[in-house]
Amino acid sequence: MTVTLGTTPTAVVAATLVTDPPAPARRRRGRPRPGLLAAGTYLILLVVAAVVPALLAPGDPLAADPRAALTAPGAAHWLGTDQLGRDVWTRVVHGAGHSLTIGLAATAIAVTGGVLLGLLAGLAHRFADEALSRSFDALSAFPLLLLALLLITVAGPGTASLIVAIGIATLPHHARVVRAQTLLVRRAGYVEQAVSFGLSRPRLVLRHVLPNVIGPVPVLAVIGLGEAILAAAGLSFLGLGPQPPSPEWGAMLSEGRNYLQVAWWMTVLPGAAVTATVVALTVVGRHWQARFDGRQH
Amino acid sequence: MAPLLAVEDLHVTFDSPTGVVEAVRGVSFTVGAGECVAVVGESGSGKSVTARTLVGLAGAGARVRAARLDLADRDVRSYRPRDWRRVRGRLAGLVTQDALVALDPLRTVGAEVGEVLAAHDIVGRRERAGRVVHLLDEVHVPEPGRRARQYPHQLSGGLRQRALIASAIAGEPALLIADEPTTALDVTVQAQILRLLAERRATGAGLLLISHDLAVVAQVADRVLVMRDGRIVEQGPTGRLLRAPQHPYTRQLLAAVPSASSRGRRLGEPAQVRDGCAVPVLRRTPLPARPVVRPDDAVLDAVGLTRRYGPHTVVRDVSFRVARGETLGLVGESGSGKSTIARLVAGLLAADAGTVTFESARWSGVPERTRRPLRRRLQLICQDPLGSFDPRYTVGRVVAENLDPGPDRTDRVLALLHRVGLGPDLLHRHPRSLSGGQRQRVAIARAIAPRPSLIICDEPVSALDVSIQAQVLDLLGELRAADGTALLFISHDLGVVHHLADRVLVLHDGVVVEQGPVGDVFSYPRHDHTRSLLDALPTLVTAG
Repeated sequence: MTVTLGTTPTAVVAATLVTDPPAPARRRRGRPRPGLLAAGTYLILLVVAAVVPALLAPGDPLAADPRAALTAPGAAHWLGTDQLGRDVWTRVVHGAGHSLTIGLAATAIAVTGGVLLGLLAGLAHRFADEALSRSFDALSAFPLLLLALLLITVAGPGTASLIVAIGIATLPHHARVVRAQTLLVRRAGYVEQAVSFGLSRPRLVLRHVLPNVIGPVPVLAVIGLGEAILAAAGLSFLGLGPQPPSPEWGAMLSEGRNYLQVAWWMTVLPGAAVTATVVALTVVGRHWQARFDGRQH
Repeated sequence: MAPLLAVEDLHVTFDSPTGVVEAVRGVSFTVGAGECVAVVGESGSGKSVTARTLVGLAGAGARVRAARLDLADRDVRSYRPRDWRRVRGRLAGLVTQDALVALDPLRTVGAEVGEVLAAHDIVGRRERAGRVVHLLDEVHVPEPGRRARQYPHQLSGGLRQRALIASAIAGEPALLIADEPTTALDVTVQAQILRLLAERRATGAGLLLISHDLAVVAQVADRVLVMRDGRIVEQGPTGRLLRAPQHPYTRQLLAAVPSASSRGRRLGEPAQVRDGCAVPVLRRTPLPARPVVRPDDAVLDAVGLTRRYGPHTVVRDVSFRVARGETLGLVGESGSGKSTIARLVAGLLAADAGTVTFESARWSGVPERTRRPLRRRLQLICQDPLGSFDPRYTVGRVVAENLDPGPDRTDRVLALLHRVGLGPDLLHRHPRSLSGGQRQRVAIARAIAPRPSLIICDEPVSALDVSIQAQVLDLLGELRAADGTALLFISHDLGVVHHLADRVLVLHDGVVVEQGPVGDVFSYPRHDHTRSLLDALPTLVTAG
């Protein structure tokens, strides 16, 4: 006899609904989903493109060939060429390094700063926490691109300021998660116990608080990396990032925009690369998050 | 006349990823009208599954098989969910343990109780409100009219449990099934709820009471079934079962209950059997002798401790002293300030007034830096050991953290684990994979590691089954004798305190109402609150 709960809404039944949770839905291991597989494969290719671009595209991304300008995709240039006759495929492959570097550097700034400030806010006295938290809130109130634009306006355009701007703009997100986590952990029984071992405060934080706070951060960082790459492409599209002739995806989009009607391939491929990167990172990040959440319970 | 409930050869199995789990293996019993039958057993004995099966709520994936399953002369074996819905609340009402989760937080208590009336179409819409108030009055909820309009969170634990009973009896079921109805409640409230359940029996309803606590069921049950591993190992009239238990497991359960008579003796030893026949007297072997306590040699001295949370004073002018090697019991109901005192003494919370002196040094109102050298002389054991372990740590690391570093640290950890009765194979295990009793042993190993002069034990055995509790109490008894460690033992369980403590402090609303040697206080209570605590305490009347 298998018993399913009816809809009779009595307290007695409600009691059982709560105390008898249904068996947790378990995903069978060893059978990766196709979406995840595709995302993973794409990311591996992306890393290869960033580290050894010559493996995928042996040509020079800057080599101009005016005679072959705006060639449609074909045998010689299988994804076509741009207005200077540069091979689009080669440029997109070599551009992966730029985008990934900017994304990783910006995320590194966001994660490091976010963890430190979040930890500080979570451990500090109420007034300091209040001040830090409100500043995170204020920063989060601005859309990412707007805030980054503002910072670049102050610092001037260029790859370095692009990285710093995106890093600072995405920092509050990490800081808030870490702060919330810190508030939980600092009240945990094991932290209280550690006080009775006679641990000094810095050691207590390093040994028990930080490692237990940091759990969700890598997952957030992966999803944040996609966000940073998208923001970087957007800002360099506006001409605020790496300058031409650098094969950065956003800059390529910006150049291709003028030839959209005659050479669609100039914009479609860099655009697709940005989109695929963000989607792949999000898919992998979400999967990881689900695994992480599952482990927590 | 056929009994209200007849169960014959009941089997309940669950499919789990690791195979088929047999929760109930061939249980047979009956409950007659106006009879109270209690099912007693420890966690995992199958008692709750049995109870739930009787109302068709065995759970997802449960397979029920029985030779006979008659509820009020109806064969309910082939019942489908729809049929069960007609049964629940009408033929059989279920009262569960935690009334806070069992009541919908977004609905008033009146709506909750009234829903049973509506679902079974017992009274018309217009009379329903009046009937709800009448029901609440019947379960002795004061001001039932006002309470019916309130939400569960506005009610105390005892009132919530009453509201749950009111909804269970709203359909006037012939059989009332109560699954651990008093486990989360204070003793005085527990006594009231038990009395209430006994009243239902007087109306002719059958009562099936599920509990882990022999003493609780002894108060109300006519017959007791002792369950273990899905089987009934012994059953019989309550008086006979308690006086002359036949089965070794029943005897072990009875022997494990701490009380005044078990002082200075082990709880975890099985009773003796002479010539194959049961000996009615429960034999207990004595605990090792302890060094003499000198009252003037104080380890801890607390004077005038006061702590406020906002406008509430949770601890008011509490003074006490713990002598070297002494065990001081701290008893009180929930909310009486026990845990706040533990945190004040442990230096985890600053007092608003009063001072604590530990090992002749000022302990309160000084910076943590000053306290640090003495920190390891004062250790803590709390109710939830798992929460007190860093979730990333293995057993070995948990214990090692409280030891000075050195090349032989692993050996010292192993020696400590051995002292608390844990094998070396646990060293690399994760506390999550241990049982509740093993976890508490790990916590004890960690606490005794730096050879403290005082251990604060905050409800250390409250979450454990009685036989596991017995082992942990025996362990604490041995360790304090061997090390001369003083204990500040906090518990809501008077029996545990009576068993273990030398002196006792009775706390009520943050004030010490009585203190003195445990025998004096419990035998000749002077304060009304102590008296009401003791009166409410269900006691086992066993021979010897």
